[in-house]
Amino acid sequence: MADTLLAVANLETYYGPIMAIRGISFAVPERSVVTILGANGAGKSTILKTVSGVMDPQKGTVTFAGREIQGMDPDKVTRLGISHVPEGREVFPFLSVRENLLMGAFTRRDVAGVAEDLELVYSYFPVLRSRAEQRAGSLSGGEQQMLAISRALMARPRMMLLDEPSLGLSPRLVKEIFEIIARINRERGVTVLLVEQNANMALHIADYGYVLEVGRIVMEDTCPRLLEKEDIKEFYLGMKESGVRGTRRWKRKKTWR
Amino acid sequence: MLNGLAVGCIYGLVALGFVLIYKATELVNFAQGDLLMLGAFTCYMFVVWYGVGYWVAFALAVALVALFGAVLDATILRRIIGQPQFSVVMLTIGLGAIFRSFASIAWGSEIYTLPTPFSARATRLAGVAVSHEYVSIIIGTVVLCAVLYAFFTFTRIGLAMQASSQNQLAAYYMGIPVKLMFSLIWAISAGVAAIAGVLLAPVSLIDINLGFIGLKAFAAAVLGGFGSIPGALVGGITIGLIELFSGAYLPQGFKDVAAYVVLLVVLAVRPQGMFGAITRKKV
Repeated sequence: MADTLLAVANLETYYGPIMAIRGISFAVPERSVVTILGANGAGKSTILKTVSGVMDPQKGTVTFAGREIQGMDPDKVTRLGISHVPEGREVFPFLSVRENLLMGAFTRRDVAGVAEDLELVYSYFPVLRSRAEQRAGSLSGGEQQMLAISRALMARPRMMLLDEPSLGLSPRLVKEIFEIIARINRERGVTVLLVEQNANMALHIADYGYVLEVGRIVMEDTCPRLLEKEDIKEFYLGMKESGVRGTRRWKRKKTWR
Repeated sequence: MLNGLAVGCIYGLVALGFVLIYKATELVNFAQGDLLMLGAFTCYMFVVWYGVGYWVAFALAVALVALFGAVLDATILRRIIGQPQFSVVMLTIGLGAIFRSFASIAWGSEIYTLPTPFSARATRLAGVAVSHEYVSIIIGTVVLCAVLYAFFTFTRIGLAMQASSQNQLAAYYMGIPVKLMFSLIWAISAGVAAIAGVLLAPVSLIDINLGFIGLKAFAAAVLGGFGSIPGALVGGITIGLIELFSGAYLPQGFKDVAAYVVLLVVLAVRPQGMFGAITRKKV
């Protein structure tokens, strides 16, 4: 595999007295798509927030492109080339779509490059072009998600952190958005760290996956292999094996506990 | 009529300062009126003590007070974001008191007049004498509003300020230095207050209690719907006109309470203010 772009080691982050991440280590190779799966409250978003600097870790290190960035202010982290697409989109509701996109390019000075990238995201999401002068708050949920991803792309990042891009979207839209994420990774060479509850989608576009439960990583493997694991199938993909008698009479326990 | 309009413009400008800061940081700055007072005094100091020209003194006063606003944010007010509103209110009222006593130490508690190029001059317009001082206030307000509007709508930094006040977290994710933006907003709002102070000075004389105009401006901001910029201006002008007419047509004394009567009625009848729900959009 290629060089590691982002490495997290022994990370511990607290919400007040509550330990949200309990010593996590993982690595994201350059130009790959890595996903972190987990249920509600497993600590997925906390990991992303710690990486992007919104939360400060108690212990551990975050290394991006050979530089330790834990505890840095989020605007500095963004300048280093990490774009965070937050959970719940978080667009600027009273700015127009175009202004939102320009804010994404806030850190950049090259006017020509920004205009070029504006065209690029419009080609990824044509609907944004037709809504360019509308207020972002008036967009539908799916369009806002497209806007949030595009806005992050406008910074021409080396790495994107995506927090539950499928949240609250129709299955067709989810598919569309994931296809774009795969394209961004393939065509632009942007490294992606994807956090998802929709394990099926995530495992199909990612190269490598980690499974997070209550603040710990309990399993990691390449995505094709994760897809084959019984526990993943049962608890994350919702596929039930049919037993010898056709119906199961016992509840299976997760084997990693 | 013109006088009411002019005084209303001043209320509007101070209310604008309230609204800018409130929208961005959700703090209500009760020292806004005292920043106005500082602006007027600083300009007076340059003109009368140091013999600087009016326009230069005007610019210096605005720049100094704006800088002061930014420093205030960076050193004191940034620390209390997230604390209960109550403590913010107490702190800013306290700051206002400090500014007043500072002013009385530095400049004395007498009443001064600021000589300006427009002082005691009038033009006859359609048979009515129009004093230049009032006209200067109205023109100043219009120009300032146009400049601010253009700044917030068309410049990168202005947009970033809007973005920071609409969604602080997302602004951080964009790489916008949110703290710096907030300091800049404080600077703008203090600068606007200083401009209002300098414009007001020739009309109302300068003393350390000039800042109490801030309370009426607060009523204007509430009337317009706290958080709406056009609301603040319209609210200010409305209050100015109401004051004028209640001074002319109602018994003595009503003039000074009119603003607060309006405030009470608004809070009782339409707490969101005139523009509250509809125009809570621009910074």
